[in-house]
Amino acid sequence: MNRKMVFYTCGQMLLLEAVLLLLPVATALIYRESCVLSLLWAMAAALLAGFLIMLVSKPKDTVIYSKEGFVITALTWVMFSAIGALPFVISGEIPSYIDAFFETVSGFTTTGASILTDIESMSKGLLMWRSFTHWVGGMGILVMVMAVAPMTTDRSIHIMRAEMPGPVVGKLVPRARQTAKILYVIYFILTVLEIILLLCGGMNLFEAMIYTFGTAGTGGFGCYGDSMAGFTPYLQWVVTAFMFIFGINFNLYYLALIKRFKAVFSSEELWTYTGIVLISATAIALNVRSMYPTLGEAVRHSAFQVMSIVSTSGFATTDFNLWPDFSRIIIVILMVIGACAGSTAGGLKVSRVIMLFKSVKRELKRMLHPRSVQTVRFEGKPLEDKTISGVCIYFAIYMAIVFTLLLLISWEPFDFETKFTTVLTCFNNVGPGLGAVGPSGNFAGYSDITKLILSVAMLLGRLEIYPMIFALSPSVWTKKS
Amino acid sequence: MKIIIAGCGKIGGSVLASLAQEGHDLTAIDNKSEVITELTNVYDVMGVCGNAADCDTLIEAGAADCGLFVAMTESDELNMLSCFLAKKMGAQNTIARIRNPEYNDSSLSFLRQHLELSMAINPELRAAQELYNILKFPSALKIETFSRRNLEMIEFQLSEESDLSGMNLLEIRKKYDANFLITCVQRGEEVFIPNGLFRLEVGDKIGLAASQPEMEKLLKMLNSLKSQAKNILILGGSKTAYYLAKMFESSGSAKIIEQDEQRCLELASVLPSATIIHGNGAEQELLMEEGLATCDAFVALTGIDEENILLGIFAEQQKVPKTVVKVNRDELASLASKIGLGSIVSPKVITSNILVQYARALENSSGAVVETLYKIFDGKAEALEFKVTAESKLTGVPLKDVRLKPNILIGGIMRGRKTIIPSGSDAIIPGDRVVVISAGNRINNLGDILA
Repeated sequence: MNRKMVFYTCGQMLLLEAVLLLLPVATALIYRESCVLSLLWAMAAALLAGFLIMLVSKPKDTVIYSKEGFVITALTWVMFSAIGALPFVISGEIPSYIDAFFETVSGFTTTGASILTDIESMSKGLLMWRSFTHWVGGMGILVMVMAVAPMTTDRSIHIMRAEMPGPVVGKLVPRARQTAKILYVIYFILTVLEIILLLCGGMNLFEAMIYTFGTAGTGGFGCYGDSMAGFTPYLQWVVTAFMFIFGINFNLYYLALIKRFKAVFSSEELWTYTGIVLISATAIALNVRSMYPTLGEAVRHSAFQVMSIVSTSGFATTDFNLWPDFSRIIIVILMVIGACAGSTAGGLKVSRVIMLFKSVKRELKRMLHPRSVQTVRFEGKPLEDKTISGVCIYFAIYMAIVFTLLLLISWEPFDFETKFTTVLTCFNNVGPGLGAVGPSGNFAGYSDITKLILSVAMLLGRLEIYPMIFALSPSVWTKKS
Repeated sequence: MKIIIAGCGKIGGSVLASLAQEGHDLTAIDNKSEVITELTNVYDVMGVCGNAADCDTLIEAGAADCGLFVAMTESDELNMLSCFLAKKMGAQNTIARIRNPEYNDSSLSFLRQHLELSMAINPELRAAQELYNILKFPSALKIETFSRRNLEMIEFQLSEESDLSGMNLLEIRKKYDANFLITCVQRGEEVFIPNGLFRLEVGDKIGLAASQPEMEKLLKMLNSLKSQAKNILILGGSKTAYYLAKMFESSGSAKIIEQDEQRCLELASVLPSATIIHGNGAEQELLMEEGLATCDAFVALTGIDEENILLGIFAEQQKVPKTVVKVNRDELASLASKIGLGSIVSPKVITSNILVQYARALENSSGAVVETLYKIFDGKAEALEFKVTAESKLTGVPLKDVRLKPNILIGGIMRGRKTIIPSGSDAIIPGDRVVVISAGNRINNLGDILA
């Protein structure tokens, strides 16, 4: 493996993190908070580490292959989180480094699972950093670097593929860099739009930015303990709408921009996604009707919650832990499904679910008619067997990891429901689960080891498993492979 | 510029690789998904899997707003159709590979006109032309011609007996009274643009620029002029072999050895004056029987690179005056030249050069445009021909006062029918054509050579 190139690229990424820290620094300066020093220290650490790594590992050979792409991605995310946790520890607002690491990983992976018990007491600069990590992690750290700085290699597609979620990652335009730029421009425009709409609803700029970052990255960190419950119905509807919007494949926005509306409206994934959302929201609204004074309110809460879970954001307007089991099980199913591939959401992704069901149907049919020849079609095109088996294998690894994680945290003193949804919510980058980790609870009760395990789970989920597995396997690191 | 390449087989893939190096925005269309996957892994290009003549595929690839559409699939008809469709959708320029001899006669101009093709490219014909040039002038490993053959540049390797080895360029100038220029020197893997003190060594591959008559004079002085090949033996009855034999119909005799009987019959009917032999050319017995030892030149054109190389070595051993082999794979080509097979022709490289030249010319439609481009010395250097316009900053200044970028040389000036091998006192005037040799720099227009 081209180790030098791997480290060099990671070093470049750390420099980016130093730049990103400017936003919380500015916030802290505006509010005249003392946490500005801790942010500056973190910035210095990122710069120093970045430059040192780049200095030691200046590569002669800049060619990378897919294995380097995977490892670069995994390492970058771990290093970003390790340094991103520093401000919380240095400022003393989250004294334990493990807690801070968990919180930062949760931020970058757009999970939104928190160990904080008293969010209101946090300084605004750190809250801004915590939410900004969602925005950065949503579209991808490396994709961002690709968009703003020229990469040293022209095989950056390997990195893009490792970081972008979804079974098949294609480019919008011939250049990887141009594709990254287009994605970020769309992301940025949608973000600004949401901020404006939230400002219209009476939020102040700080709140609007915090909640927009949470929605855009489909993360779910807010700045109040009750998440979104204290806001007006208008604001809740705006966030609901944007959670839906950020759960759609960004390629479709590009297609709409270049006026290929037909391709957008014939997208199978988009319609399935919409269908899942509408059916679940209706079912839950009917199920919880009696718990709320009006039908409108029941619809609002159910729509918000369904969107929040399916887009893997994890905001809450009500404590869905108190809902009947029917609704809670729908919520758990939605956690696993997630939103569209190529969006900022987590989970299995709707397209994978569609492909899985279609291939199951094919296999069943094949049992009845052993000699039948069929192709699985998706988005109007026949799928290659390679893609289908890739999806099936992904699902198998996914299930294996879920149960491994469950076993690893089984000794924790919580009930089964809590532990099961803890694993699902972290691995799918949702945020809240059920039981003690429900919308009104948090992850503070877990031990340090479990928090580390869950951090790995979140990274596994965000990077879609493979990069983390390869980065941890020794065979990839040997010089000769 | 946005370029779409439809059909990414041997030729298309190589075109894609060289255009990617030039920094264009490329989209590849191929009907095999493995090909697309492989290409998108190696190059920063977008891939579309589908039929190149399917409108949906073309729309997806963005044919409507591309600057250049290149169709390089196996099938001439598919290339024509997809170019036609792309043009109708809005592609600015289209280039189709059309290699069937039936289309390459008088009907070609009709086709080009009505399909609105910017260019029809026939790699086999181009390869045959290059072969013909080499065989006409067997002293050179390779020959590049500029401005309708007014200036030639030949590549040849210095052997142990060569008088030039051990001399520096100033001494060579003094000793030989001919108007020529040593434009570049390849030693091992490196290519230099030499200055006056550069000393040549045995084994160097050098590029010589001179006008055609001067070149013959010079080679005579160097005792390395070989006479024109008249009697050639071609192995493999490919399309290239057909075109080459056709060119030799008037000036010599060609003998083609081909394994497939059907193909032999076809060749015999279209090439009445050539001798067509049905047999396995890999058998040395047959080659000897058909006069390998007495022919002027041996040309190996089978579809298998390795076979061409091996039989080329065999021919060299039989002391055939000139051996040329077709090698399509780059890595084999460099291996072959290491083991002493100097003259190698690759349709793939020839086609890529033409497309690179075309794309560069399109990129700057104003000012001096690349008229001819050759990648020389295994693609490590380039020789480009420009037409000088009145706006150029180069005009009117003696060349010794023009400050060029390092590793760039002006190799020749063509003024009307006169060819000037430039010295420091010559100046360029508008209307001239100049040949620029560059090692390492990418030259788009004539202004790029100034420091």
